[in-house]
Amino acid sequence: MSIEVASRPTLLAPAAPAAPLQTRTKPRRHVLDLDDFSVQEVEAVLQTTAAMKDVLQRPIKKVPTLRGKTLVTLFYESSTRTRVAFELAAKALGADTVSVAAQSSSVTKGESLIDTIRTLQALGADFVVMRHHQAGAPYVVAEELSASVINAGDGWHAHPTQALLDLFTIRERLGRIDGLRVAIIGDILHSRVARSNLWGLGLMGANVVLCGPPTLLPASDFCDGLPWTFERTYRLDEAIEGADVIMLLRMQLERQSGGLFPSLREYVRTYALTEERLARAKPGVVIMHPGPMNEGVEIDPRVARSTQSVIETQVTNGVAVRMALLYLLSGLPA
Amino acid sequence: MNDPGHKQLLGADDIRRAIARLAHEVVEHNAGTDGLVLVGLRTRGIPLARRLQQRIAEFEATQIPLGELDVTLYRDDVHQRMPRALSPTSIPVDIANQTVILVDDVLYTGRTIRAALDALIDLGRPRAIQLVCLIDRGHRELPIRPDYVGKNVPTSRHEKVGVRLEEIDGVDEVVLIQPAAVPA
Repeated sequence: MSIEVASRPTLLAPAAPAAPLQTRTKPRRHVLDLDDFSVQEVEAVLQTTAAMKDVLQRPIKKVPTLRGKTLVTLFYESSTRTRVAFELAAKALGADTVSVAAQSSSVTKGESLIDTIRTLQALGADFVVMRHHQAGAPYVVAEELSASVINAGDGWHAHPTQALLDLFTIRERLGRIDGLRVAIIGDILHSRVARSNLWGLGLMGANVVLCGPPTLLPASDFCDGLPWTFERTYRLDEAIEGADVIMLLRMQLERQSGGLFPSLREYVRTYALTEERLARAKPGVVIMHPGPMNEGVEIDPRVARSTQSVIETQVTNGVAVRMALLYLLSGLPA
Repeated sequence: MNDPGHKQLLGADDIRRAIARLAHEVVEHNAGTDGLVLVGLRTRGIPLARRLQQRIAEFEATQIPLGELDVTLYRDDVHQRMPRALSPTSIPVDIANQTVILVDDVLYTGRTIRAALDALIDLGRPRAIQLVCLIDRGHRELPIRPDYVGKNVPTSRHEKVGVRLEEIDGVDEVVLIQPAAVPA
């Protein structure tokens, strides 16, 4: 893997710069992962998200920017918040939305992914938001389509829009990303959210510590060749010590082949974020979870509902960040 | 300006005097400052609106509310432009039943103002909207006219008008920029 960022980015001021950010020489067509985003482009997304959040707080939560455009969500895996957030984002920008769930589509009659996609294109989709159990599926689709493809999660690989909304939420709450210590705890190995966040947080200058059972952590050379590193630990107390942000992840039992950890009960005993463990963390530490949560497993319900938790804010910000992306994708036709 | 392609239209003193006059005209035309809200259009309309606010405060002893508007989401050419990061829109008061004084640096085709009118009306129903521009360079493509003009400048379509303001560009001046002497 290689990336163009040569050095670690410096601290970015949260205030909007006087001149608008011109981030690319050609407009972006697809959002497949964060690995082709520069610091400036992430900055442009975060800044635009703030403006979109403002639109969502007005009496008329709608602007005409994408009038006449159509967004199709194509989900081969289940989803609540991601799909709804994309649909609300498109509607707030004036676009029409169609949602296709693979379980109720011609996919069950044996139609291939490519044929399904070509059909959606022929029906006039301008944006295709897709979630698929195979890593890389959105890349294949992006090569076939003239529409913009947004990856809403592909296998273990990436979930870039979740990482962007997490970055926005962290900066909204703490005022910066650079230099923060972010602990990501749980089933890191199977988590596309962790992977995209590792990329986004690294790019924006945060120090990431990954924590979980040894079988569920990536190898220590996972970030070799990238301009940032991460810490790994098997001990929760080590991970949360000094952390500014604690991000909890769900056990992805549907992706695990079994035998990776002794029992859910033992996992809870070792890795669940309880009030008692939280008391040992920094005061003011921010608790995040990309959802869906398994309360009582990775997180104590009282922690999830505490004032330090921004879990619901993450969901709300998810709409604004997707509005920002749809707007930024809607420029000059390629 | 030593570049032969640039001709200065207004210097710092000219801009100061124009803003002083515009400030007086706005207050005179509205018979005071009651119910007025200044709204600057991104990017250079915002410092201009702030200067008008300061000027009016000097002789009317009252601070008119000041807002900032980014009209990008309402533009009719949003799909023909390179997308740029949005700035926040912040208008500190409810504009319903207020008179909004829209402030922009250069009035040209009128399309930005059309977008601004739509954006404002989505925020509330103002009693009236009036338009201040520092430079009116003509070539309107829509039936839009300014209520207060700093300076009318006849231009040709291939020329550019550059407004530079201390707050953003470090200098106060308006220049007419000729197209490059060497054809591209």
